[in-house]
Amino acid sequence: MNLEALASCLSSSACAVTQISTALIIGMLLFMVASGLSLIFGVLGVINFAHGAFYMAGAYIAFFTYQATSSFLLAFLAGALGAGLIGVIFERFIISKVYGKDILMQLLVCYAIILIFDDLVKIIAGPEYKMMGMPDVFALPPLEFAGGFVPAYYVFMIVASLLIGAMLWLAIEKTRIGKIIRALAINPQMVGALGINTTLLYAAVFGVGSMLAGIAGSLAAPTRTLTPGMGLSILIESFIVTVIGGMGSIVGALIAALLIGFTRAFGAIGFPLFVDGIMFGMMAVVLIVKPSGLLGREIAR
Amino acid sequence: MMKAGFLRDLLFAAAVLIVLIVVPFIFTKPSLRDFLIYVMAYGLLAMSLNLLVGLTGLVSFGHAAFFVSGAYMFGLLMQSGRVSIPVAILVTVLGTAVLALVIGAICVRLKEIYFSFITLAFQMFIHSIILTWVSLTGGDQGLRGGIPRPPFFGIDLSSGVSLYIFSACVFVVCILIMRQVWQSPFGYTLRLIRDNPNRANYLGVDIVRMKLGVFILAGAMASVAGILLSLFVSGAYPEFGFWTTSGEAIFMIMLGGSQLFVGPIIGAILLRLIEHFVSIYTEYHGLVLGIVILAIVLGLRQGIADYIVEFLQRRKEARAAPAQDASAKDATFAKERIA
Repeated sequence: MNLEALASCLSSSACAVTQISTALIIGMLLFMVASGLSLIFGVLGVINFAHGAFYMAGAYIAFFTYQATSSFLLAFLAGALGAGLIGVIFERFIISKVYGKDILMQLLVCYAIILIFDDLVKIIAGPEYKMMGMPDVFALPPLEFAGGFVPAYYVFMIVASLLIGAMLWLAIEKTRIGKIIRALAINPQMVGALGINTTLLYAAVFGVGSMLAGIAGSLAAPTRTLTPGMGLSILIESFIVTVIGGMGSIVGALIAALLIGFTRAFGAIGFPLFVDGIMFGMMAVVLIVKPSGLLGREIAR
Repeated sequence: MMKAGFLRDLLFAAAVLIVLIVVPFIFTKPSLRDFLIYVMAYGLLAMSLNLLVGLTGLVSFGHAAFFVSGAYMFGLLMQSGRVSIPVAILVTVLGTAVLALVIGAICVRLKEIYFSFITLAFQMFIHSIILTWVSLTGGDQGLRGGIPRPPFFGIDLSSGVSLYIFSACVFVVCILIMRQVWQSPFGYTLRLIRDNPNRANYLGVDIVRMKLGVFILAGAMASVAGILLSLFVSGAYPEFGFWTTSGEAIFMIMLGGSQLFVGPIIGAILLRLIEHFVSIYTEYHGLVLGIVILAIVLGLRQGIADYIVEFLQRRKEARAAPAQDASAKDATFAKERIA
């Protein structure tokens, strides 16, 4: 424990700004991953333990596309779409076979996919750490906020994640297709009886959820090292976020992701060894007080 | 009836114990002995978890919390140098049971996936405490300096053979206890809670209390598994309480089968064998393991032991069908009576 260091960081605005920006990018990445997880759970009722593997796939696809084309835009698109496509294939050929089975079966197939993906990445990209490096587009001087400096890419990441989150929220709450998807979450038989292809919709929702993981992966690629096990650590944290925010709630995922981001960024200074303990402690408290999460709705089924 | 069943279990347990003790004297390779101790420790963990998963339908993601607490409590007690091994085992099991009582009292009120998540949260919380409390636990280095094994009742565990025999005895006793629970009225009440909690409630079963009871029992048994492993490796490590350990135990249950009593042990043996042989041929054993899992889940749709039991049953029925009408009638009649 080093609470003095934490207090002195909070009192200097330069250190505080740096830590706040760190908290925001951790939070935004978690928000992207967790909102995909939450969307898939909310509509399909499946807990996608393999979500971290799609995050990793997005990051590696972005990395290789950037190496080949040195265009960050292409890398970003390829990472997002690639992960989405992998998600659709996974949904159609594997996870749809265990819909309605007990949760252990779902857990097991996802675990299998994690093992396979980690080894495939080792075979294709090698076991060593990979660095993508900052794209040229963002080779700008850092922006100054209240005496602290924030890299331009961080600002882009935060804005992009918030925009994508807002688009997702609008699509689900305000459009016709969003209304159908919400209906699908509550009463799939009725939606099917109205002549809507539910199988296609399930695959599409799973694809969008995986795409969000891929987006997080490709956004993270310039700032993080890529390793074969990178999916697992973010998976555990995004579960904490989903549970705290409430399964199926996008706004809840945003709030919880920011909470975890700030805990991580400031905990790293004040109590580095106990950050995990605090995060899991918060998760336990939420589960005890309100098991459905801060903004989760009780499942209607 | 109950007594005859107990006698049969006792004879069976004695036979297993004799086989376990004799095998290392026939095949004298020490690596076989190590393999068996390892399988016994992890098998006991998986068996105790299956009291929750298979018997009661409580999918705990945090069972390794009690495994790690067993290993650390026992290790710390022995390192203090004040107690003998049997006393340390007793204190550790009771201490872990109290821990399971506290955690369980909070967890068993939650349903389904929320139960899984809160058990995971408690386990990771304990894992973090172990990492942070360096002065007591040694942090991420684990409990070092070895665990002393002073002789008791003339038994000296310092040699590999005697440690192995001691582990086998403890293992068989624990399995025998769990077998009695599995077959007891308590065990059938738990099955009722798993299959139809509403009916259990109407019949006047105190569901929370029953779940808490089996949670404490499973936790205590997991602590014994932790004790065996810490005695064997002569230390305790935070990884014993990481979520991957719980995941591995769940995996053993799923691989073997959750409805057959010995399924988790079969799973533990299969998992260790697969890992052992695959790592000889390729470094990518995750890839092979993943494909094996997919084949089992998508092909069999249940654990291997469960599948074989069902397959044999179906074959028996198929054979009985073309026999005489009377015997077929008898069979259905008998079946109805069982049901």
